[in-house]
Amino acid sequence: MRITGKFKELKQKGQKALITYLTAGDPDLEMTADLVLAAEENGADIIELGIPFSDPLADGPVIQKASLRALNSGTTVSGILNCIKNIRAKTQIPIAVMTYYNPIHRYGLKEFAVHAKEAGVDGLIVPDLPYEEGEELYALAKDEGLETILFVAPTSTTERIKKTAELSTGFIYCVSLTGVTGPRDDLQTGVRELISRIKDCTDKPVALGFGISHPEQARRAAEMADGVIVGSAIVKMIGEKRGEELLKDVGSFVRELKKACC
Amino acid sequence: MKILSEKKGHFGLFGGRYVPETLIPALDELEKAYNEAVKSPDFNIALSYYLKNYSGRPTPLYYAENLTRTLGGAKIFLKREDLNHTGAHKINNTLGQALLAKRMGKKRVIAETGAGQHGVATATVAAMFGLECEIYMGEKDMERQEINVFRMRMLGAKVTPVKTGSRTLKDATNEAIRDWVTNVKDTHYIIGSVVGPHPYPAIVRDFQAVIGREAKRQVLDIEGRLPDYVVACVGGGSNAMGIFYEFIPDKKVRLIGVEAAGKGIETGEHAASINAGSIGVLHGSKSYILQDEDGQIIPAHSISAGLDYPGVGPEHAYLKETGRATYVAVTDKEAVEGFKLLTKTEGIIPALESAHAVAFLERLSKVTTKEQTVILCLSGRGDKDVYTVSKHLNGRFDG
Repeated sequence: MRITGKFKELKQKGQKALITYLTAGDPDLEMTADLVLAAEENGADIIELGIPFSDPLADGPVIQKASLRALNSGTTVSGILNCIKNIRAKTQIPIAVMTYYNPIHRYGLKEFAVHAKEAGVDGLIVPDLPYEEGEELYALAKDEGLETILFVAPTSTTERIKKTAELSTGFIYCVSLTGVTGPRDDLQTGVRELISRIKDCTDKPVALGFGISHPEQARRAAEMADGVIVGSAIVKMIGEKRGEELLKDVGSFVRELKKACC
Repeated sequence: MKILSEKKGHFGLFGGRYVPETLIPALDELEKAYNEAVKSPDFNIALSYYLKNYSGRPTPLYYAENLTRTLGGAKIFLKREDLNHTGAHKINNTLGQALLAKRMGKKRVIAETGAGQHGVATATVAAMFGLECEIYMGEKDMERQEINVFRMRMLGAKVTPVKTGSRTLKDATNEAIRDWVTNVKDTHYIIGSVVGPHPYPAIVRDFQAVIGREAKRQVLDIEGRLPDYVVACVGGGSNAMGIFYEFIPDKKVRLIGVEAAGKGIETGEHAASINAGSIGVLHGSKSYILQDEDGQIIPAHSISAGLDYPGVGPEHAYLKETGRATYVAVTDKEAVEGFKLLTKTEGIIPALESAHAVAFLERLSKVTTKEQTVILCLSGRGDKDVYTVSKHLNGRFDG
């Protein structure tokens, strides 16, 4: 349980977790491996690795475009699992894969859980799989020792928060706004209240994501939550730069974000 | 109409709610509002009033004598949904959902559209009920259906071009869902077909079921017995579900859905999700979809923008699995022949969607007798498609 372990370790150090999102295969899988290592080197605590999907309806334009770039470079689910296997030879950083339900359904729920675990995946994040539909996959994932990270949104009722908290392991993914992923200028009001509603229901760690795009926001998010998830802002850089320059820029951005989360 | 009872909105294996958590409470709210509405005399009276006096229901069941003679098989009746206000069955559903939106206190409605018929129907009811309205439409479809874009704008709707992916209905649907996730507090998403997360497939079906209820009464009046076949085109499948639903208990009535085979199923360029797709999850429900080995959605192809969708309503998937309905597929070329056939024999220009069903009659006529009857759901009129057909025929409308 590398993800749960990481939150415990950080708590003892009095730190908050920085979770960085990357779309696997954007621009290609070799670069993805380098980016994971660069993020870790610069202070990322957990990596959220997106398996690209053709119709990412919970994502904004930045991640949509990244998914398309990844698919255009020939990225497949098994290619990504292989890539994670290779990454595992070099690092023990916790990795959660994020993907929409259809690619997993097509792969086969049980096969996916088994192969993901074998590859060295630690957790599973499926934005279009609320618990009503997710029982089967979430149970199979747990059997394999994968952590399952479910979402709480500002619209979630207390009853839903309780049930989500029950099924979540690793952490609870708290969506900071009603909307899709993408950089925003500010955090929505009401986030603090949402987090305290979650905290009333569970002791599990809560990480805040969606819209967090610069260190100052990350700092404010880290004051409220146990972890901060940054995606689109990093992915945007990946769309704009290449090679060593990209690794360097992502690295220094991650370093600033981590500083803000300490 | 009945109160939704399907457990979590599943039809056997199919259906469900595969959407971001943000939307689940909105779907619960919608389900509750709907279940209350169908029990409310006020709601039912208002809906009947608008269906009758605004849209022009009941639509006729027309005996297509010339078409019957030309094809030489069963007696053909056309359920004239093309005679509805705005020219298609889509208005049945948008009137119902707009009334629901008002009951829920929503100030804004959004919709996705392919051929533009659902967009026009949504813009129309929004104008009439005073709701703010935004329509998402693939850029490619906007080119194909320029006149409908203009109509929507005249009606006061904001038409937003969708430039991602295949730039058709599939991507417009993604964009509408993104809008809904963002504006869920004051916005109602008027889904245009029997697709999407529960309770939409059931709600849209119920609002469209008026087609089958009327058709059954009418055919009993005219013929004194039930039809042998009920035929309708299937993209998402709302006109087909609408006419099928009332006949589902009548086991002797054969239900046939006609999908778009595009350039031919063997070419891979088609929209035949049931005939050539596999089980998966798209736009919030589990059904038959077009996907590759890795679970990526394959863009659909059809000459008809309204059928150009890589999925189908979950209840159709269920009817297929249980064998209650049969699904066939008709190519672009055949559909254009169907378009010409109905235009020439009956002086009725059908929507290209419905022309797929008309084209299938040719096949059906070979296995039916003069004593049998067919009801075909003529889902919409073809004014919007005249340009597309003309282009397909290089401007030559002969033979």
